[in-house]
Amino acid sequence: MEMTGEQLIPVAQAAAWAALNDPEVLKDCVPGCESITRVSDNEYDVVMTAKVGPVSAKFKGKMTVTHSDPPRAYTLSFEGQGGVAGFAKGEANVALTPENGATRLAYSAKATVGGKLAQVGSRLIDGVARQLAEKFFDAFNRRVSGG
Amino acid sequence: MNAPLIGQSIKRKEDYRFLTGGGQFTDDVTLAGQAHACFLRSPHAHARIRGIDTTRARAAAGVVAVFTGDDLARAKVGGLPCGWLITGTDGQPMKEPPHPPLAQGKVRYVGDHVAVVIAETLNQARDAAELIEVDYESLPAVVQAADARKPGAPAVHDAAPDNTCYVWALGDKAAVDRAFASAGHVTTLEFINNRLIPNAIEPRAAVASYSRADDAYTLYVTTQNPHVERLLMTAFVLGLPEHKVRVIAPDVGGGFGSKIYLYAEETVLTWASRQINRPIKWTAERSESFLSDAHGRDHVTRAELALDKSGKFLAMRVTTTANMGAYLSTFASCIPTILYATLLAGQYTTPAIYCEVTAVFTNTTPVDAYRGAGRPEATYVVERLVETAARELKMDRADIRRRNFIKEFPYQTPVALLYDTGDYDATLTEAIKLADVAGFEARRKEAEKRGKLRGLGYSTYIEACGIAPSNVAGALGARAGLYEAGEIRVHPTGSVTVFTGSHAHGQGHETTFAQVVADRLGMSIENVDIVHGDTGRILFGMGTYGSRSIAVGGTAIMKAADKIIAKGRKIAAHLLEAAETDIEYERGIFKVAGTDRKKTFAEVAFAAYVPHNYPLDKLEPGLNESAFYDPTNFTFPAGSHICELEIDPDTGQTRIVNFTAVDDFGKVINPMIVEGQVHGGLAQGIGQALLEGCAYDKDGQLLTGTYMDYAMPRADDLPFFKVATRETPCTHNPLGVKGCGEAGAIGAPAAVINAIVDALGPLGVRDVEMPATPERVWRLIQSANKK
Repeated sequence: MEMTGEQLIPVAQAAAWAALNDPEVLKDCVPGCESITRVSDNEYDVVMTAKVGPVSAKFKGKMTVTHSDPPRAYTLSFEGQGGVAGFAKGEANVALTPENGATRLAYSAKATVGGKLAQVGSRLIDGVARQLAEKFFDAFNRRVSGG
Repeated sequence: MNAPLIGQSIKRKEDYRFLTGGGQFTDDVTLAGQAHACFLRSPHAHARIRGIDTTRARAAAGVVAVFTGDDLARAKVGGLPCGWLITGTDGQPMKEPPHPPLAQGKVRYVGDHVAVVIAETLNQARDAAELIEVDYESLPAVVQAADARKPGAPAVHDAAPDNTCYVWALGDKAAVDRAFASAGHVTTLEFINNRLIPNAIEPRAAVASYSRADDAYTLYVTTQNPHVERLLMTAFVLGLPEHKVRVIAPDVGGGFGSKIYLYAEETVLTWASRQINRPIKWTAERSESFLSDAHGRDHVTRAELALDKSGKFLAMRVTTTANMGAYLSTFASCIPTILYATLLAGQYTTPAIYCEVTAVFTNTTPVDAYRGAGRPEATYVVERLVETAARELKMDRADIRRRNFIKEFPYQTPVALLYDTGDYDATLTEAIKLADVAGFEARRKEAEKRGKLRGLGYSTYIEACGIAPSNVAGALGARAGLYEAGEIRVHPTGSVTVFTGSHAHGQGHETTFAQVVADRLGMSIENVDIVHGDTGRILFGMGTYGSRSIAVGGTAIMKAADKIIAKGRKIAAHLLEAAETDIEYERGIFKVAGTDRKKTFAEVAFAAYVPHNYPLDKLEPGLNESAFYDPTNFTFPAGSHICELEIDPDTGQTRIVNFTAVDDFGKVINPMIVEGQVHGGLAQGIGQALLEGCAYDKDGQLLTGTYMDYAMPRADDLPFFKVATRETPCTHNPLGVKGCGEAGAIGAPAAVINAIVDALGPLGVRDVEMPATPERVWRLIQSANKK
């Protein structure tokens, strides 16, 4: 699965950057996220549930921040095990540029799934990913703009 | 009541049971105290197992036990064996990497078995399986056969660093090379024979139990060959004494090969039933069937045919890479070799043939026999080459076949087989008539007016069935002989129970075998019952596959029937106070020749069991005979299939308009059942050609793992079939039978693809990949239009 997109975030670049690096914000905005715990400077333990077609699974995994270039860009990598449902792993490149007091967020993400998720859900993954991204940015924009 | 029964379309005795819900399948078996098993399967195509934490699963509600590969290794449970040794061109035995029933150290395909959870209920077992934490280190995977031997490809097994199981060859390479060097014309094709997923209607299942009282095991399992299952499991994997293990294959809902093999699940269950001293049941979910039933086909082939200018075949050269999947399944090694290369003569007198087969390991589900098993692949090679050559030489496609048909029998092919009999001209002539080939050009023109592309394709196939003469099989690497056993027990009042080592899972043996016995003994079919599928009741058997049941199993029963008659004559001679040589047996009556003195079969049976005045010094009481039969040769069913279809050039949609199959199965026992077998085979063959294709992504994830993505043929994909048979009786078994179970799946794919190429030929298309989906056909049309 590969996906690219852009969003206009209604806050300045520094604020957007801070929010993107705040585990609490991410936890509240990532759909299905139960916990994000920082285990080192650039590593987090993540628990989230996701549903792909008929398969729903609780993923436990690690999220790692690499290529961090504050406040302009970073890369998030994710690898999670979903038990009998299989696994998911992926990575997202995020870039922030100021735009008239707000911030233009551009992202490109790719992900792969395995096991039952791939067997049953492969044709649904793209739709699910797009929906997750939409929900995330809705929630994120509301959150950073104090809504 | 004593009319001849062979050749009659008698309604299937088993259908009352099946149509009224009275069938007893493995999942219907419920034993007292039964626990349920759930297998945790690998989501990775290739990964190292760094650790498995089962602590939480063991503590979960209802869990009785959790076992992993380490537990089996500690208990010295062996690996699953392969039954056929192939020796490579280098003189070395094939590579046989260990195949542990539960993974040890590494997983090698998505669906590989990692652990089993046994709990009070199925849902508890499933829930607990969710709690097992496996620490995988994922490794790069190799998926496609064509990639397996590329430099740098990940090694599936340390024992085969280049992923090569064997390189094997058959035929006279020098003679073939010479013929090609001087040939007037050479036709070359390269193609993939698509991987298929079997999809029996009943998923695999097992119920294993252990009795501490007599230290014995009973295993109910969906198998096509319970004795083979027991032999492999006891002798090679679990080290159990064979007399302490009873394997029962009750009603089984379809196999198509996929239920021949000894699988991990029933092996683990049998072992575990003793560890927990309770019966355990497992039934595959459909998703598990997709992942773990052995797949079929998956060849990459380059095929060449050398001809002279007149269309006479001079030589054939075939190079195939066959995907074995991650481990060697029970008969995997012999499918792309012994059951493939030996069939490349087809119906033709091609004097020199050379075939080289490279079998490779990949991170995919194991591949083994699937309806036809090697023979559909061989037929596809031969019949695509022949039809392409005819087109290139601008010859009539029937004429080029007739010019090369074998006409004198017995015929020794250059690829080891000795055909005993056949009449290929006759089946082709009848198929051409039935299919109204003469009217085809008019139909093509009419279709053209409607904007449709109409095509017609032939496939004249041969198969080797009645597997197998044991000495030949042994010389070719089979680790067991392939004979069959039958037993006839005559009851005191004259009715009969027949015990056969063959197994029916849709074939209708309870009817056809009863027809054979009732016909031979001259009694009503109602007085004959067939018992199969139970090692506790049946002497021995090699089971049902390769269209062998009637030819080998049926003949064993015939031999037992002849022994019954022979003993009956002795008893009748005594009762009638005549010499045994004067006793004749006909249609249920023992008679003194030339007199009206007679005894019925029932009277003789009664005297055999409850004798008052019996020559005990000369003759034992009882009327129960068993026989083994080892065929002296394969049987060679053959036929002509003609497919006529229309393609919508706007959508690429192919619709089969007519499909004609004229098959020579030798003597036909029950025409209705044979027709049903042909229909089913054709549906699967057409499925392979147009619809079915197993797809993995580059990481080895199965993308066609549900019926959303794996297209099975449905009734509205298929035309009304025109089916007929011709009989040239097999010369070396007393019934004259050859076998009919696989013919449809063997002949159909080439006929369909040849018809598509015929329809698209005017656009310059000379090949189309299977399955010829609308997308593929549409793209071919589009790219042809651009040229």
